Amino acid sequence: MDNAYDGLTDAGEEKHWAFGTGFTAALAGVDRAIPDADRDSLTAYCLMLGDDALIYSQRLAEWCSRAPELEEDVALANIALDLLGQARLLLSRAAEIEGVGRDEDALAYLRDEREFRNVRLAEIDCGPGPGGDFGTTIARLLIFSTWRLAVFQRLVTSADPVLAAVAAKGIKELAYHRDHAAQWVLRLAGGTEYSRERIVAGLDRVWAFTEELFATHRVEAALPGIAVDPASARAEFDQVIDTVLNAAGLDRPQVKQVAALAGQAGRDGVHTAAMGFLLAELQHIARSMPGARW
Amino acid sequence: MSARQVAEQVLDPELPVLTLADLGVLRQVDEVGGRVTVTITPTYSGCPAMDEMRADLIARLAAAGYADVEVRTVLHPAWTTDWISEDGLRKLADHGIAPPQRIGPRAVGPVPLNLEPPSRRVQCPRCGSARTTELSRFGSTACKALRRCEDCREPFEQIKEL
Repeated sequence: MDNAYDGLTDAGEEKHWAFGTGFTAALAGVDRAIPDADRDSLTAYCLMLGDDALIYSQRLAEWCSRAPELEEDVALANIALDLLGQARLLLSRAAEIEGVGRDEDALAYLRDEREFRNVRLAEIDCGPGPGGDFGTTIARLLIFSTWRLAVFQRLVTSADPVLAAVAAKGIKELAYHRDHAAQWVLRLAGGTEYSRERIVAGLDRVWAFTEELFATHRVEAALPGIAVDPASARAEFDQVIDTVLNAAGLDRPQVKQVAALAGQAGRDGVHTAAMGFLLAELQHIARSMPGARW
Repeated sequence: MSARQVAEQVLDPELPVLTLADLGVLRQVDEVGGRVTVTITPTYSGCPAMDEMRADLIARLAAAGYADVEVRTVLHPAWTTDWISEDGLRKLADHGIAPPQRIGPRAVGPVPLNLEPPSRRVQCPRCGSARTTELSRFGSTACKALRRCEDCREPFEQIKEL
C-alpha cells in the first residue's frame, strides 16, 4: 500500500460506516482478561474515564483553525487526538465488559446525554464560539490534565490489565499536555495586564468545577483495587497547581463551586446546558443517517 | 525470507525513512505451523497509523507467501523513544529529523512538572549547529516537535522524547 488513503478506501470491497472510526477494534490483540468485579460498575468506570477523554477531545478539536496562532491549532488538535485515542481504548473496553453487542462507535454516537458519565469540566463551552476564551481554554487544560495525570499515575496498578496499560501509556501524553498548559499560564500571567486578567478570569471560571473531580463516586468505591479513588489524587493535584500558580505569581482561585443537582453531577449523567449542544454536533450525522455507508 | 525478516522491512507510514523495527513498534513475530502472529505497539494512544501498519504488514507478508497472518496490538509495556534503534536514530538524522535523546527508565514517583521548555541542546540535523530554538511543541504528527536552526535558519522536525 503506497499511501494512507488507499488503506481507507480499498480494504477489500468492504464499505465503511460513513461515520465513526471504521477502523479495526481499538483493543485488537490486547490482553483483555476481565477482573473479578461487578460488571456494571466496571463498565460504568470505563465509561467515566472514556467519556472524560471523548467529550474534552471534542471541545479541544473545536479550536483547530481558530486558535490565536497556527502552532496552537496544531497543539490543541494533537492533544485532542491523544485523548481521542484514550477514549477509543476505554470505550472499547466498556463495550467489551458490558457485553451487549455495542461497540465504541455505538457508545460515542448513540448514547443520550443522561448516559454520558464525564465530569462537567470536560463539557463546558470555553469557545472558540461565542463567549469563548483562550485563557479559559488554557486554564481548563491545566486543571484537566493535572487531574487526569494524577489519577492515571494511580491507575497503573489497577487489577484490570487494560486500564493499567491505558494509564501507563496515557501518563506520558498527559504530562506533555500539562506542561504545555503550565507554560501557557506563565506566558499569559507574565505577559500584559490584559493577558493576565484573561488567565485569572479563566482560572476562576473553571475552578468552580474542581470539587467534582475529586468526589469519590459509588462506582469507584465499588471497585477496590481496580478503580482509583480520585480523592487520593487531590494532594498531588494541589501541589502541582500551587507550583504553577506560584511561578506565575497568581493566587489560587476563591470561587463558589458549581453545585450538584440533588447530589448528582456529571458522573451520574447530570450535565450542564452546554452538553446537549456538544452532543448534537458530535452525534448528528450518525443519528440522521443511521447505518449510512460510503 | 523468514516472516520476521519480511515484517522487519515494513516502513512506518508516517516516518517512511524508518522500518517498524527501527521505530521499535514491531515487538514480536512468531511463526507456528504456517501461521504468523505479528505483535505491534502504538507510539501514542491516538496514533492514526496503526491500521495502516496492520494493513501493510498483512500485505507484505502475503506477498512473501505468508497467507495466514494475525497482527496483535500490545499496549504494555508502553512504547518509548528509547526503543528506536541506533540505526533508526542515524536514519532520522540523515533525513533531516533531529532524533530523540535516550531518556532511560522513568524515575519512581510523581511525574515532574516542567515549567520551561526543555533547555537541552538539539543539534540542527542540516548544519550541525547547536543553536536551535523550539518553534512549536507539537508538529505534523504526534511524535514530532518543530524547531529552527539559528545559524542556517532552516526549520526542522524533532522526534520528542517519550
